Amino acid sequence: MEKVFFLIFAAVAVGSALAVVTLKNPVHSALALIACLLQVASVFVLLRSPFLAVVQVFIYVGAVMVLFLFVVMVLDIRQARMEAFPQKERWFVYAIVPVITVELLTVILGKGFPRLGPGSTEATTVEVLGKALFTEYLFPFEVVSVLLLAAMVGAIIMVKKRWD
Amino acid sequence: MIPVAWPIALGAILFMIGVAGVLLRKNIIVMLMSIELMLNSVNLNLVAFSYHLGDLRGQIFAIFTITVAAAEVSVALGILIALVRNRRVFNADKMDTMRG
Repeated sequence: MEKVFFLIFAAVAVGSALAVVTLKNPVHSALALIACLLQVASVFVLLRSPFLAVVQVFIYVGAVMVLFLFVVMVLDIRQARMEAFPQKERWFVYAIVPVITVELLTVILGKGFPRLGPGSTEATTVEVLGKALFTEYLFPFEVVSVLLLAAMVGAIIMVKKRWD
Repeated sequence: MIPVAWPIALGAILFMIGVAGVLLRKNIIVMLMSIELMLNSVNLNLVAFSYHLGDLRGQIFAIFTITVAAAEVSVALGILIALVRNRRVFNADKMDTMRG
């Protein structure tokens, strides 16, 4: 049953990811990316990580993609849509990317890949995750918070109209 | 039970689609979205191994990856807005002020 659901989510995720790359309008690409991120969040639920699924929906879909859509709408979209999509001069990408994909899938789905145990069947609770985050990983947590603060200040300063 | 290879394979496919997007598209907003796709597929790998090894460190690293991705997007969109305000270009190939 889990496998069926995983295959459904994976198929929709790959389809919407292809839509992100191939659609001409950036707004359509952003909407397809939202669909893809929601599918990945449901795969997280299948992998017994509900907290990470919620974080994915909140931060990626709720914050990051809304920021993308906001920027696309603020900037002039008719100028952003000018590219002709199947670009003949990028033929090496069409040649190399499928080869690397097939190589990766051969290694991953082949015999040599380690068969790990299925792990625990119960989901990781927020309590366990929070305890680990605030005891063992406190220093990286603080570093990441400082990084977020620096990014926020930098973004505000870059977007500000004039600074004297 | 989902075999460990399946989420890893999904992550690999999504990552390669993201690579193709970065290399093929000229629109810089879509390139940023493809980078988001690649970061997300890395999260998929981390969570899959976290589940199959019964170790929650993978999820913690995935949380850090999501945070860094959010910071990266805010800075990148700030740079993009400043760039578009100064020179009206969206094409990544035409942004050659630094002769790169």
